[in-house]
Amino acid sequence: MDLFEYEAKELFAEYGVPVQAGQVAHTAEEARVIAARYAAQGHPLVVVKAQVKTGGRGKAGGVKLAEGPDEAYAKASQILGMDIKGHTVHTVLIAQASDIAAEYYLSFLLDRANRTFLSICSVQGGMEIEEVAHTSPEAVARIPVSPLTGVDHAKAAEIIAAGRIPAEAAEGAALLAERLWAMFTDEDATLAEINPMVLTKDGEVLAVDGKVTLDDNAAFRQEHARFNDLSSTDPIEARAKEKHLNYVKLEGEVGIIGNGAGLVMSTLDVVAYAGQQFGGIKPANFLDIGGGASAEVMANGLEIVLSDPSVRCVLVNVFGGITSCDAVANGIVSAVAMLESRGEHVDRPVVVRLDGNNAAEGRRILSDAAIPVVEQVGTMDGAARRAAELAAKGA
Amino acid sequence: MAIFLTGQSRVMIQGITGSEGRRHGARMLAAGTTVVGGTNPRKAGQTIELNDRQVPVFGTVADTMAATGADVSVVFVPASGTKGAVIEAIEARIPLCIVITEGVPVHDTAEFWARASADGNQTRIVGPNCPGVASPGKSNAGIIPADITTEGRIGLVSKSGTLTYQMMYELGDIGFSTAVGIGGDPVIGTTHIDCLQAFQEDPETDAIVMIGEIGGDAEERAGAFIEQYVTKPVVGYVAGFTAPEGKTMGHAGAIISGSSGTAQAKKEALENAGVRVGKTPSETAALVREVMRSR
Repeated sequence: MDLFEYEAKELFAEYGVPVQAGQVAHTAEEARVIAARYAAQGHPLVVVKAQVKTGGRGKAGGVKLAEGPDEAYAKASQILGMDIKGHTVHTVLIAQASDIAAEYYLSFLLDRANRTFLSICSVQGGMEIEEVAHTSPEAVARIPVSPLTGVDHAKAAEIIAAGRIPAEAAEGAALLAERLWAMFTDEDATLAEINPMVLTKDGEVLAVDGKVTLDDNAAFRQEHARFNDLSSTDPIEARAKEKHLNYVKLEGEVGIIGNGAGLVMSTLDVVAYAGQQFGGIKPANFLDIGGGASAEVMANGLEIVLSDPSVRCVLVNVFGGITSCDAVANGIVSAVAMLESRGEHVDRPVVVRLDGNNAAEGRRILSDAAIPVVEQVGTMDGAARRAAELAAKGA
Repeated sequence: MAIFLTGQSRVMIQGITGSEGRRHGARMLAAGTTVVGGTNPRKAGQTIELNDRQVPVFGTVADTMAATGADVSVVFVPASGTKGAVIEAIEARIPLCIVITEGVPVHDTAEFWARASADGNQTRIVGPNCPGVASPGKSNAGIIPADITTEGRIGLVSKSGTLTYQMMYELGDIGFSTAVGIGGDPVIGTTHIDCLQAFQEDPETDAIVMIGEIGGDAEERAGAFIEQYVTKPVVGYVAGFTAPEGKTMGHAGAIISGSSGTAQAKKEALENAGVRVGKTPSETAALVREVMRSR
């Protein structure tokens, strides 16, 4: 799960990583009130920052300096509602502006390839860090961090020295690094990035912008539910999540239900290839019903997929591994019955491909049930082609 | 020969008394696996009935190994206890530890991997979040269905469980020496490269099928390895061409990966290494048939 900047900074503050004072506003009027309070405290200069989970906010005009409450109101009005790379701005962070002497870069992240953690540190922080990494890689230090030894004060000093952070900022930066590591491990983060890490003219080192990604697998031992963000989630995805379904909305016409992430991803690909012959028909979603595939899970899955109005045809692609196909077929039959009994008439074609464990019995069960909308096809490629064809016809 | 798991393997189950441990323990036994015991610290000294057989339960991995000669452990303990279970297996120095459990926090995996490495990788870890290892006709350790395929001379390594089953089923008439489900988590123990190397060295494997997925750069690295070290024919498949771009946030990810991690990039990397890459699972199976016929 990716966090908004203001959420990342909340976590930073909990671990003693210094951040500027700031508060979130959902309306321009709220922005004015916050800026007025900061002005009364002797900090009239604020930064109004769009809260979106994507990079390049600054370049898109989503970060603006404002002096005093009226200007904060005006800038917030401009930024709220703005579209940044497909993300609508619903909130802005009003942060007290800092008197910046220098900008650095610091992060901890999971290094997949080396199966360990990594710290990246550079004296050249700011918006162009990717460019710096590309053109002068020697200016961007990468220091492996072992999960067994972590980051103590000496390791933090090593990271900061490797990043060539100058002497006047080194001590503050090392302390910040040590605390950021504590947050990274204690919160089960896979990314904790500060860019820029700033040296102020008063000699303070603080986090001016932050990005944090948390590991969803650690939800059972973390209190991360407070960061769940339904406002920027697709409404069908939000409902699927409530039903504990692994669903991702896509732009297309063929609803997809399958078992196992790899097979479902593969099904999306095969449908997209087949769709090329039918005017560019595409998969409408990713939905992995997992190994069990009970009637209820199948019913919930069908209901979610059919609730997408752009779906013109559904493809159920199941390979019976541990689960045998007769159970899956019974699941489909009861799913349709369950939906009908809920008053949700299944009116769009459902193409089913069953293969693997006990496939013959599964196919027989579906044939005997003779559900008018259900059509069986023997192979994955054939089923994808038929589903694309039916979706094209249903246009 | 097969790789990692052979007819001589003596398999134990960590979490043998849980519902998954019991269910799959019974399946493994039915598939001909030598299941010698399992652990549950609270039920040490008891036995558990699997397929009308009384299988002994021990308190620790070390006790199980000492009493039964177990040399493979299959881990079914829940995610919250997986790190502890795997570290216990590493400390007991069991040669192979297969972690089936899904949903393991990546900090835990990184930690048990670091422990295994610090110990000189005396314990080979497969997974987590994987279907296990199957050497048809010899032994089956994990949740790969035993009855979808037969013994043969294809080696298979895959990030995805169901695609493993699909491929084994489609090529069931040719058969497999060993299929290794390595799992799709960001950090895994045994990699594509480890399996490619083992299959290259296995006299009973004639061709290798490698199934990848979007994310990370494991397939790109495997491509480079194949180019240099693998002389047996390799057929590849990559899933996720139409998957939406991952929500990679921050600059750090882009800096470290160096590659986009897309299916297209992986396919190209494999093809550049001389691997024939199928567009769909069935096309991939057809390519394997061609390769096996021309031998």
